[in-house]
Amino acid sequence: MPADYSVVLVFLIAGIAIVSFVFLLSRLIAPHNPYKVKNETYECGEPTIGPSWIQFNNHFYIFGLIFVVFDVEAIFLFPWAVAYKSLGYFAFVEMMIFIFILLAGLVYAWKKGALKWV
Amino acid sequence: MELAPIFAWIYDLLISLGLSVALADLVSQIGLAVFVFSLLCVLALFLVWWERKISAHIQQRFGPMMTGWHGVFQTVMDALKLLQKEDITPTVADRGVFFWAPVIVFTCAFAAYIVIPFGKGLIVSDLNIGILYIIAITTFTIIGLMMAGWGSNNKYALLGGMRSAAQVVSYEVPLVLSIMGVVMVTGSMSMNDIVAAQSGWAGFRWNIIFQPLGFVIYIIAATAEANRTPFDLPEAEQELVAGFNIEYSGMKFAMFFLAEFVNMFTVSAIATTVFLGGWNGPLLPSWMWFLGKTLAMVFVLMWFRWTFPRLRVDQLMEFAWKVLLPLAFVNIIYVGVLALWLK
Repeated sequence: MPADYSVVLVFLIAGIAIVSFVFLLSRLIAPHNPYKVKNETYECGEPTIGPSWIQFNNHFYIFGLIFVVFDVEAIFLFPWAVAYKSLGYFAFVEMMIFIFILLAGLVYAWKKGALKWV
Repeated sequence: MELAPIFAWIYDLLISLGLSVALADLVSQIGLAVFVFSLLCVLALFLVWWERKISAHIQQRFGPMMTGWHGVFQTVMDALKLLQKEDITPTVADRGVFFWAPVIVFTCAFAAYIVIPFGKGLIVSDLNIGILYIIAITTFTIIGLMMAGWGSNNKYALLGGMRSAAQVVSYEVPLVLSIMGVVMVTGSMSMNDIVAAQSGWAGFRWNIIFQPLGFVIYIIAATAEANRTPFDLPEAEQELVAGFNIEYSGMKFAMFFLAEFVNMFTVSAIATTVFLGGWNGPLLPSWMWFLGKTLAMVFVLMWFRWTFPRLRVDQLMEFAWKVLLPLAFVNIIYVGVLALWLK
């Protein structure tokens, strides 16, 4: 049913178009007078020291990794959830095994200290 | 009065004007997009005013009083003022990323409204993956926030963007798993089916009755997803000034602000649809029930803001993974047993 989903594309394009229109409107109305001091990076009045584009705390990466594992798992669970009532006990037991393995993974990450924010 | 026949009448009018079905579909979709956008603007203006009034009254103040009845036009004036403000792009910022960030944030928040059932038959398109689509598209917002944080080339903004990314991905998992219970008992991801499954029995088929734990997990995770206090670390005023939107001014800032309130309405609308019976209700038209329940949920979120202090970053992250996630699994197992038992 491509017609069903075409509305998503229409909404995305319409969203971008509306926002661009609003920006254009403000461009026409608002003053535009940039100069050096005004365009400086805002740091509460202090001159900035050093670049902001730096290598960042890699702890974010570990959380990102755990997130991917659990989000992919959630995607696996959705088809199971939709068909759950028609599948019965077999699906329940099977999915419990799946969830148990994942929980074991969570406990492992927990014990390893990966869930600890430094 | 039900509103669905009015939309059907407009569509029939387009057909009778001699448009082909494909063209009429396109015109009605664009029309709906503009309609939803106007609706969201009005809602956001109202919600900002409402939040200011609620926060004022909780603190025994009056809040805005001067423009109109109890300051009801205050936010309209604020929006007009923002429209006239200069749009500043810092010299060091990455101009492309800086420009596209608010566009992406707003567009993704806006596109979520395709599958929200505002009332009986009042849904732009009942996609069969409804609830999954809405989770996916609202999470795209985080890409915009990251872009805003990185593109600004500002240390506060970078911290805010990184924090919001870590926070949203962490709370995404319990959020998805808490909704899973509802999908299990409904057997469908379509929003209309979820609402239909909760009709009748004088409200005793609402999912909140059988899955109170799922509802609590959802509300906590949704508060974090919408970056609301007590989980508003990404824009913690006292430490990060304004977080990811620190360098934004004028209409670009307004878009972030609008998207924030639109997101708050979205998570409340999902809570209404998934757990509180959607537009089901006696006597009043369905859209009034939907609006009433959703605004009640929005009120709860605003109430949170003035009741709970902000969490620390480590508390925030560990709460998601060590408390909410195991609880969400407990909820899934409970719902699984319950569904089998009821069958």
